[in-house]
Amino acid sequence: MFKVTDHEMVPKHEVLTPQERKEVLETLGVEKEQLPVIKETDPVIKEIGAKRGDVLRIIRKSQTAGHSVYYRRVVEG
Amino acid sequence: MFMKLPPNIDEELKLYFEKNKIAKDKQDAIRAKVLDLYRSTTYDPEEPIGIVAAQSLSEPATQMTMRTYHFAGTAGIQVTLGLPRMLEIFDARKEPRTPTMNVYLKPGFNIDQVKEAAEKIKEVKLKDVVLSTTLDLTDMWIKCKIDMDKVRKLGIDPVKVAKAIKIKNTRSEFEGDTLTVTAKKSDVSNLRKLKYTIMETHLSGIKGITQVVVTKEGDEWMINTLGSNLKKVYAVDGVDPSRTTSNNIFEVLDVLGVEAAREAIVKQAQYTMEEQGLGIDVRYIMLLADLMTLSGGIKAIGRYGISGQKSSVLVRASFEETKKHFTGAAIRGESDPLLGTVENIIMNQVAPIGTGAFDLVGKIPGSDKKPAKKAKKKSK
Repeated sequence: MFKVTDHEMVPKHEVLTPQERKEVLETLGVEKEQLPVIKETDPVIKEIGAKRGDVLRIIRKSQTAGHSVYYRRVVEG
Repeated sequence: MFMKLPPNIDEELKLYFEKNKIAKDKQDAIRAKVLDLYRSTTYDPEEPIGIVAAQSLSEPATQMTMRTYHFAGTAGIQVTLGLPRMLEIFDARKEPRTPTMNVYLKPGFNIDQVKEAAEKIKEVKLKDVVLSTTLDLTDMWIKCKIDMDKVRKLGIDPVKVAKAIKIKNTRSEFEGDTLTVTAKKSDVSNLRKLKYTIMETHLSGIKGITQVVVTKEGDEWMINTLGSNLKKVYAVDGVDPSRTTSNNIFEVLDVLGVEAAREAIVKQAQYTMEEQGLGIDVRYIMLLADLMTLSGGIKAIGRYGISGQKSSVLVRASFEETKKHFTGAAIRGESDPLLGTVENIIMNQVAPIGTGAFDLVGKIPGSDKKPAKKAKKKSK
């Protein structure tokens, strides 16, 4: 079976541990609610088994910077 | 400010150090210098990059030709390009005018195997294999002479041809090379209609894929299609799902998720601009794509998307449909805290961009008083 996460256009998504989440939010200086969003129903979320309320670290391949880091929180959707 | 270099510059530096055998102590000095240079090229805090991005995108867009066709004599698929395609991407249209897919096959496929796979993907309707039809208006039947060679070549079981027709009050039989469809209850005009209906019967391939073209990309053969259905194509034997993509961004969103959709927006917009010979920094497109996918789905840029859903009444009203937004705001009793750029320009105040984003907090020498919490806003 084909896994969505194997597709070249899908970057790496990782679920942050509560400890990591705290650190990330502190360094960025934002509240969790201010982060961009990813829906629960997203095919990637279903595959990696993230839950509502989790914060994901997304490591994108970037044309300009080699790779770049982005964060999204999982919401109902 | 950023204390780190972006990964690719870092890599390049490392390679350079290795190649030229540069001593450790010098490495740090070079790195610091590069970081300094890098910083000087980044935007300053509070610089309104959105406005810069908007201008950088729209100026070249005005130079875009409106025409989309006129490539006489080229083999391949006519895809919407230029300004209409740009609008499709940023207006987040559900279906592009010409949905296409780039289907890649697993490595090591030769041209014959690629052609075979292309046949499997292309939709075959009954009308594609029928040589001639005869209508009998007294006995109410339609006889279709079928191209058996073609049917066999496409790998369709001839018996299934008759079974594929599922229309009420008809009986279909297959004998030799003729398909006979008898209408149980019908009149003359309906029999003609019935003929057109049965011609559209789906026999094999993927629904909606009307055209397939085998092309070469680098050393590899791949398939371009007109019509898009990612989920079904992924299930076809020999297709490499990890590289196959569609130009239908909403389909990418459904099948591969938001991050892939963002990537698709960037790639499609960049491709469309470059195809027209317009160079634009990708970073602006990335900014737009990030904004469009912020909410986990895809939002359009215009009236029904980002610009029409801003929180500030004044900003919405200054964009489009002024009356609608003002009456709506009045009914709901909305207030506008004037936090953004546009609101403050409307109100003739210092906008919170650039140096206007900062307040001064100072201690007057010689006084023991605590500094004022907020400097007075300049309002001339």
